Parts: sequence; C-alpha cells; structure tokens
Amino acid sequence: MSENASAARRSRSWTLGARSTYVRIESLFVLFGLSAIMAVLSPYFLQTSNLLNILLASATIGVLAIGATYVISSAGLDLSLGSVLGLSSVVGAVTAERLGMPWPLAVAACLAAGAAAGWVNGQLVTRAGIPAFIVTLGMLGIARGLALVISDGRAIYGLPEGLVYLGQGRPFGVPMPVFIFIGVAILTHYILSHTRFGAHTLAIGDNEAAARATGIRVGRHRRRLYTFSGLMAGIAGLIFMARVNAGDPTAGLNYELTAITAAIIGGTNLFGGRGSILGTMIGALIMGVLQNGLNLLAVQSYYQQMAIGAVLILAVFLDQWQARRAQAR
Amino acid sequence: MTLLEIEGVSKSFGSVDVLRGIDLTIEAGSVTGLVGDNGAGKSTLMKTITGIYSVDDGTVTFNGEPITDLPPGERRSRGIEMIYQDLALAKQQDVANNIFLGREPVKRLWGLIPGYVDKARIDTEAQQMIDRLGAKIPSINRPVGYLSGGQQQSVAIARALTFEPKLVIMDEPTAALAVREVEHVLDLIRQLQKDGIAVILISHRLNDIFEVCDRIVVLRQGRLIADDPRGETSMNDVVSHIVGAA
Ligand SMILES: Nc1ncnc2c1ncn2[C@@H]1O[C@H](COP(=O)(O)OP(=O)(O)OP(=O)(O)O)[C@@H](O)[C@H]1O
Ligand SMILES: [Mg+2]
Repeated sequence: MSENASAARRSRSWTLGARSTYVRIESLFVLFGLSAIMAVLSPYFLQTSNLLNILLASATIGVLAIGATYVISSAGLDLSLGSVLGLSSVVGAVTAERLGMPWPLAVAACLAAGAAAGWVNGQLVTRAGIPAFIVTLGMLGIARGLALVISDGRAIYGLPEGLVYLGQGRPFGVPMPVFIFIGVAILTHYILSHTRFGAHTLAIGDNEAAARATGIRVGRHRRRLYTFSGLMAGIAGLIFMARVNAGDPTAGLNYELTAITAAIIGGTNLFGGRGSILGTMIGALIMGVLQNGLNLLAVQSYYQQMAIGAVLILAVFLDQWQARRAQAR
Repeated sequence: MTLLEIEGVSKSFGSVDVLRGIDLTIEAGSVTGLVGDNGAGKSTLMKTITGIYSVDDGTVTFNGEPITDLPPGERRSRGIEMIYQDLALAKQQDVANNIFLGREPVKRLWGLIPGYVDKARIDTEAQQMIDRLGAKIPSINRPVGYLSGGQQQSVAIARALTFEPKLVIMDEPTAALAVREVEHVLDLIRQLQKDGIAVILISHRLNDIFEVCDRIVVLRQGRLIADDPRGETSMNDVVSHIVGAA
C-alpha cells in the first residue's frame, strides 16, 4: 500500500496519447544516449544492417518482456519466461521435425506449450496460494528440464521452410520477427491500455483488496495473466526456433533477466499498478542496443550478463531513490 | 419492505469468534446506525454483506433472494455498495478510473474493435458525480494517491453512489473529513433516504449517528446487544451498551 502510494506520487512521467500510456522520459534518454555512445565507439553501429540486427534481437526479448510487463504490473512475477521459451521451441521443433506435422501445427504447439506452462503457474499461484516467486522459480527448473528431456539434451535441426520463414524471412528487407514483435506489441498495448482486462490488471497490481471489493475476480484474472505470460514465452520460443532453424533446449537461458530488466527500465512498477507496452518496447530496444554494442566492441558475452544484471539493479535503485526524493519534498 | 435480512451469521478468524450469531434486518430507504467498540465486529459484519468475507454460518438475503454464496461483484450489481474503512482505492489510478473500477463502460473503437474502454465517458460521468457531491477534487485525472485523505474519502463515496445502489454501507465515512465536509456527508445521507436508498452508517461519532439515523444498532464482541429506534433510546443508553455497562 505505502509502496503504491509513493509510486503514485512519483509517476510524474511523460504521457503519450492516452493517459494510460506512460513512457518514462528517462528511458528515452538512456536509449538515445546509449545509441550515441555506441555510434561513436563503433563505425558499424549505425549501418542499416546492424540496426536491423538490433531490432531482430529486441524482438525475442521484447515479446518476452511484454509477458513480464503484464505480470509485474499486476504485482506478480514470472521467472520462468526464459525456460518456457526453451521448452516451447523444443516442443515446436519436435512437432515439425520428429512428428512431421505441417508447420502451422508446429506454431500452434509452440504457443500451446508456452500457455500451458503459464497456466500451471497461474493455478499454483492462485489456487494453491504458493508465492509467485517460488512457483515460477520452480517452473524455471521444470520447463528447462523438460525441454532437455524431450530433446535428449540436443538441438533439433531441420525445420520446414514455412517455419524457418517466420524467423529468417525478410519481407521488405525487414526480418519477420520484427513484424511479429510489432504485431504482438500493438495488440497487447491495446489490451493493457484500453480494455477492461488491462485496467483490471493495473488495479489488481495497485491494490488487490480494492480490486476485489469492486467485484473484479482477482484469482481468475491472475490465472489469465500467467497463462498470457506463458503464451508470450511461447511466441518468443517460436521466433527463437525459427531464427536459428532449430529447437534448442538451452534457448532463452537467462532471458528472464533481460526481459524483466526491459520491463522495469520501460517504467513498469516493480510493485504493480503501472506498466505500458510502449515503455517496455523502449526497454527492449535498450537491451538490444546494449547487447549489440557490446558485441560490436567484442566484449565477451560473460560481461554482457554482468552488464544486464547491473542495469536491472541500477534501474530499480534509481526508481526508488526518485520516489524517496519525491516523498521528502 | 425488507431489503436485507441477516440471519444467524457467525464468522471466526482462526480461533477468534468475531461474529456470534447476528440477526439483523434492514428496511428499504432506512438509515441505520451501527456502533460498537473497536474490534466489536462492525466492519466484519458489513464485509459479510458485500461478500468480501464468506460466513461460517447463517444466511444473507437481499431483496428476497439469498446472496450468501455470491461473489462481491455479483452483490454489487444487485445494488449493494460499500465505502470501506480503508477506502479500497487503487492509488496509482486516476480519480475517474477509481470511481468506475470494475464497472468500466466499453464501446467499439471506430465502431470496429471491441472492448474499448470508453475513457471519455468515464471522465464525464465521474466529473458529474464529483460535482454532485460538491467534492473538492483538483482533477478527475489525478492519481488518487496524490489526493488528501478527505479527498480520497470523497472518491470512495462517489464510487458507491454512481451505480444506483439500493443499499449503501458507510464504514466511518467521515473519519478523515473536516467539519463542513462531515455536514455534507450527513446531508447526503438524508438525500439518499429521500431517494429511497437504504444506508448503514458506522461511526464512532454518536452525535452524527443520532442526527441522521432512524435506528441504532449496537454490536459488542460479535453480538448484537441493542437494536432500538432513535426515539426510544438515548446517547447514554447507547454508550452503556457499547462499553457493556448495561
Ligand atoms: N482478516 C482478518 N483476519 C483476522 N482477524 C480479523 C480480520 N478482520 C478482523 N479481524 C478481527 O476481528 C475483530 C473485529 O474486527 P472489525 O474490523 O470487524 O472491528 P470493528 O468493529 O470494525 O472495529 P473498528 O471500530 O476498530 O473499525 C477484531 O478483533 C479484528 O482483529
Ligand atoms: Mg471497522
């Protein structure tokens, strides 16, 4: 409650269009500032092909971060995003390659696997009353393990053309995943900012008891949110699988870290009650630029993990510091 | 006409028996004062009416229909509204959205896309309600967390009155209000009564209770100790019922 009250006081964010669409102006500064630095440090950074690469990398993270945004803005948490991504990519590849099903069925299998994992999360959180942190941490292990079991620990190669096109196709010279990301973003933005589902998501995150008192069915809503978040991991798994032309059981390792970081940088309130897809898209781009830039500078990927982790902690620290200052005033 | 009937309602939290067999009926258009010491069970009893708490025993009937097992939203749509002691507001959402929380009107965007929350209508109607209450709210689009305690109380009151209730339960609605605003709420209660809306008022301010209520009910340690028309009781009687001296 008091967390949320202070969050309300601090939400002096810049608003774009609809009032419910918060974009933290700081996140735009970070995006452009970071891009400027990278552009100075590397002559390749601003080349079209590289910019498309950033978009491509941001697409997977972005879809995942959309799932994180919904769950976190309802004061929930989903740590299983990266593992569920891996599981759904394996399920999709098995359906297409081992079972020889037509590619649209493999797409459906990817999405269904993700949604099913999310559904289980939702049941355990709301019906068994186990904290989301524990449930989704457990699912992080279970989904990853299941992906390894199903695939025998090896990547499944050789996907049908239709599937590969979803990851490697380039209509108008733009990678397919970017279109998928934009499509998902538009739809989920509409739902979060303009429908009752979105309004209730934020209200539950803001004050669960109040939401319940006004007649919102909180348990059912949370179950839908976790299923939705799993579905996003399924879509991300589909993109990942199609991009690398394989169902890889280790796909999406540690991606939950990047996705949650993108959502938080984008202005999602860690304690619930606020979140916007536009903000999360900016957050995902920041993650994309950071990773891409570090790649161009030939920084070892181990350091990238450290950088992302540090960014997450820093973002939350700055947010809370700002809130304390706002309160002291 | 009997609007609400509570029969034999009991409720415990763990080993604490908070309500012990309460019987209470509320007539349509009546104003009932509910008083009792801190922890007597007033809020708990009211929450069994709105569906926040399920009862361990007993039944709740509204408008002749049993509602004991209905969820809060269902009871709300039948005309039971409550202003909660802790106000039950979503602090980061704006005033208008709080008033319409759980009841957002939707339309088709561009006559095409379904499920679009009609924010313009929410703002207009919320503003009308705030004006009708004469509440001083700086802006309908301000997050509720920015408002003062009294202003937040006005928002909670506005929410309870916007959807044509039949019964309005007010749990300490004047706790955070200045003297003039208290008068305003009392006037409002009289107005509701004229419109045929029943009110249950919980307050520790016996002056207010005696000013607007037709009837005064006293709870003590989860039991209904007294239930008298205003004319047949006195401030002294009520006080001794509350503290258990009578
Ligand atoms: N959710 C709960 N869990 C456990 N105990 C509770 C709960 N809600 C209320 N109680 C207990 O039930 C008793 C009655 O509480 P209640 O809030 O109904 O009192 P009240 O008459 O409204 O008091 P006040 O005048 O202080 O508002 C108290 O002893 C309280 O501690
Ligand atoms: Mg109380």
